[in-house]
Formats: sequence, C-alpha cells, structure tokens
Amino acid sequence: MIDLKNLTIEKAHEDLKAGKYTCVELAEAYLENIEKKNSEINAYLEVFDDVKKQAEEAQKKFQDGSATMMTGIPVAIKDNILYEGHIASAGSKILENYKASYDATVIRDLKASGAVFLGRTNMDEFAMGSSTQTSAYGVTKNPLDIERVPGGSSGGSAAALAADMTLAAIGTETCGSVREPAAFCGLVGLKPTYGAVSRQGIIAMGNSLDQVSPFGKCVEDTKILFDILSRYDAEDSTSVPDSLRGTSPRKHLGDKGVSLGRCKIGVPWHLFADGVDTSIQENFKQSLEKLKELGYEIVDVELPHAKYSLAVYYIIMPAEVSTNLSRFDGIRYGYSAAADSLSQVYKKSRGTGFGAEARRRILLGTYVLSHGYYDAYYNKAIKVREKIKEEVLKVFEEVDYILTPTVPMLPFKLGEKMDDPVAMYLCDIFSAPANLSGVPSIALPSGKSPEGLPFSIQFMAPHFCEDSLFEVGKKFETLC
Amino acid sequence: MNIKDVENLAELAKLELSPEEKESLLHDMEGILSYVKQIEEVEVGDIKPSNTYHNVWREDELEPRAFSKDSIIEQFPDSQDGFLKVKKIL
Repeated sequence: MIDLKNLTIEKAHEDLKAGKYTCVELAEAYLENIEKKNSEINAYLEVFDDVKKQAEEAQKKFQDGSATMMTGIPVAIKDNILYEGHIASAGSKILENYKASYDATVIRDLKASGAVFLGRTNMDEFAMGSSTQTSAYGVTKNPLDIERVPGGSSGGSAAALAADMTLAAIGTETCGSVREPAAFCGLVGLKPTYGAVSRQGIIAMGNSLDQVSPFGKCVEDTKILFDILSRYDAEDSTSVPDSLRGTSPRKHLGDKGVSLGRCKIGVPWHLFADGVDTSIQENFKQSLEKLKELGYEIVDVELPHAKYSLAVYYIIMPAEVSTNLSRFDGIRYGYSAAADSLSQVYKKSRGTGFGAEARRRILLGTYVLSHGYYDAYYNKAIKVREKIKEEVLKVFEEVDYILTPTVPMLPFKLGEKMDDPVAMYLCDIFSAPANLSGVPSIALPSGKSPEGLPFSIQFMAPHFCEDSLFEVGKKFETLC
Repeated sequence: MNIKDVENLAELAKLELSPEEKESLLHDMEGILSYVKQIEEVEVGDIKPSNTYHNVWREDELEPRAFSKDSIIEQFPDSQDGFLKVKKIL
C-alpha cells in the first residue's frame, strides 16, 4: 500500500527511482481511489482509458535513466486544457463532444516530462464561477466536507488533489479560480505572473487575465509544476520572452526576486476592514504572528484603488467573454441546434448550448461594449485597472510582499449564493488585484477552523518573483 | 435598463432566451451594473496604459503544426466533400 495521503511529488520521485513501486503501481493506486471516491465527489468528468499505457511509458524512462522529477507523476487536468484526441468541454454543453485536435503547450511540456494524465476535471462552465456549481456536468463536492463547495472554477482539480485522487493538478485562473479552490480544499495554489505560462491551447475566458495555474499539496509540489510550465512560447502572443523576465523593481532583490535582506510584508488593512468573516480575520492575525516569529517585518500599506478591483474585473472580464465566446456559433465545432435559417442556428445553438452564467456574462459584456456605454464602462475600467496596477507596483518599491486573506469566507454550502450573482462574485474580492495587475500570487493553507474547514492566506509579489513566493511559502508551511 | 434592452442585447449576442430568463437577466444585470457602477467615482485623470509593445508576429512562413486538416473537418457539425456546410445565407 502506498501512503497516498502523505505523498509528495519529490517523495514519489525518490520512491520510483529506488524501485519501491513502479509508475504503473502508482497510477493504479490513484485509479483505485478515483473508483472509490469520484462517484460522490464528481471531481473527474472523465478518467482517461490509456493511463496504464502512459505509466508503462514513464516506467521505461526510469529503466533507461532519462526520468526527471515529473516522470510517472499522475496529473489531473482541468477540462479547458486541450489534450489531443480527448474531449475538452470547458464544463459546457456547447463543447460536450468537442475533441481537441492538438495539445496545449502545457500538455506538450508535461508529456515530454513523462507525467501521466489521469483525467479531465470538472469546472464552472467556461471557468465562470467560484464554486464549480455552474458546470453542465453537475456540481463537485468538497472532499473535506461533502455538503460544501470546493471553490471554483478549478474545483474539480482541487477536489481531486485534496481527496488523493491525483498527486498533481493543473487549473487555470482568470480571477482566483485556483487560489480560491486551493483555499477551500486546504491546498497550495499559485497564480503565476501573466505571460509566464503559455495560454496556447487553453479555452480562453478573459485573455488579458487568464493564466494556467498549478495546485500542490505543499509549496514544493507547486514549484515543481511551475518550473516545468513557465517558459516563453512563440505560439502564445502574450507569452513573455526570456529577455523580459526576472526584472525586479527593488535593488535589494537578487536575480530570482528573492530578498537579500530582511523581508517586509505589506498588509492593506483597509481592504478588509469589513465584509470579512470574523474567524478569517482572527486566523489572519495569528498568521501574521507566525510570520513575525519567522523574522518578517509587517508594515501597513495603502492601496486606495484596490477596492475597485472586483468592479473593474466585472467589466473587463465579461467584455472579453462576449468577444471570446462569439466563436461558439454552432457552425464550426461543438453543439449545433437544428433550425431553418442560419440566424436561428446561431441563436438556438448558443441559447441552449451555453448555461445560465455564460449567457449572463455574454449579455453583460455585450452591454459594456455597446455604443453609448463603452466609455462609461469598458474604457473607464481599463483606466482604473491601470491605476490599480500602478499602485500595486508602487507598494512593491517599499515591501517584498502584499498579504491578505485568500477568500473573505470559509467554504460555503452547496446551493448557496446561486441566486445572487454579486454575492458569488465577492468570493474573489482579494483575488482580483493580482489578476488585474498581472503579478503572481500564492494561496497557502493557514490552519483549520474548529469544524475542520481550512483557512488560507495569500501573498502577492512583483512580476516574475514566483521564487520569493515559494520562499516565504516554504517557511510559513513549517509553522502550519 | 428595461426588457427591450435585454432583448436587443440578446439579439446582438445571438442568444435565444425564454421570457422568464429575460426577466431574471434584467434583474441580474441591474444588480451587477449597480455594483460595477462604483468605478464612476474614481478620478483617473489622463492615465494611459503603461504597456510597452513588442512585435510578436512571426515571419509569414509555413511552419509545421500538430493538427491536421482532417482533425478539424471531423469537428464540423455538418460538412460535404471536406467543406463546412451552412444554411443558405442569401
């Protein structure tokens, strides 16, 4: 019996190298767990039928000495990432039978490393949601408490990892879609710098915000995935070339953004004066004490415009959504409704193929981009976004990190917030500044509530300073 | 915003909506718009995006790609002789 609960990528790699078990045995151990748990949790929409074959290929790499850290490591992938020959439905009925005709760059890189893809995981439709309840394929339950949501939109990947139905999991973020489910499932979640990881082959929601983002049971696992996925990709026009990476606004930061002196953490207290659960506030203060013990200096910082982040996000994102989702027209691929005229094919295919949240955001995006409203909404929003970014970068001239709670509440019950879109959107109030300004951010488990629900805090760092996030994360996890 | 506006937007976005959904969307839109309207109060001055632009276009030369013509045609809801088939336009 492999102890899956305490297994990490590094540990599995050592074990595979030492021959304690084979890649096939490791994959089978996870498949067994999936068999046992998935019908209740609904983390996976599909378990691939070639897992054993992939694992056998990986095992060969251990035999011929070409194995690397990710070789033979089982990975769960979110349903909006293209994997050639497999369905990628983005949690939507409109792509129910869509088979990817090529691999996303992240899949190509993971394949090359010998990772074993277990299956594709459930998500909010087109990644629109914070609880994995808008999927056309049913809700995913939180393995820590099956009456509660796992967070979203990458809730399937988070639940699979938290329930030991995989050893590694990949999600995507547009605004908190990895950090929030990481928080709700007691995991580590990293939103990389915008442009660090290729978006080629990812079904887009908001192009100026989307990033492929790894989950991990510990900081090191998250780092291992990030290190493989982060690279320039000529096939993604927003991928950042190597020559422009690693620039740091602070002179005392070394090459990789790791502070050379005493580290300063800035806390924008004014952002969570209210609207945050008392238990979250308490846990946050305790976390600050732990960070002080570790030698970090805590200072107050002001981000006066950050309070508008979510409002800005809910203008820019739907604008990008309405543009992106226009490609789903019932003509070229995906669901197509039978109708008498071309116009009716469009309307019926889109009207029935998209779920309620997708339709809502398409309409909202169409509105904020329409003549007469464009200046008041979209144009204003991109200016305020610029202001927020400017402010965040200015604060990083003074501090190494910005710290907030990850989510203002504990995981909520299934069915909650579904009839109030704004209440659901507020789950991501602390996520938005990082996505809008493009800086990286990591969510870290920070203890548990008396009823056993996970708390989480999140650090933000300057562009391409993921390594400094891993550094503080590793120190912090020793105390949690 | 009124129900006519919702209908007009649905027409622009090519979405068929039921009468009940139009009502509920109207309600949702009002809620969301009143939340996002708070950005009206922000004084932005003449701030301009600080993006620096780089040419990301490659030379127009044939490069191999993983996908094939067949794999794309396979996805067509309706096709004939390798062409995408659509309803009459004119």
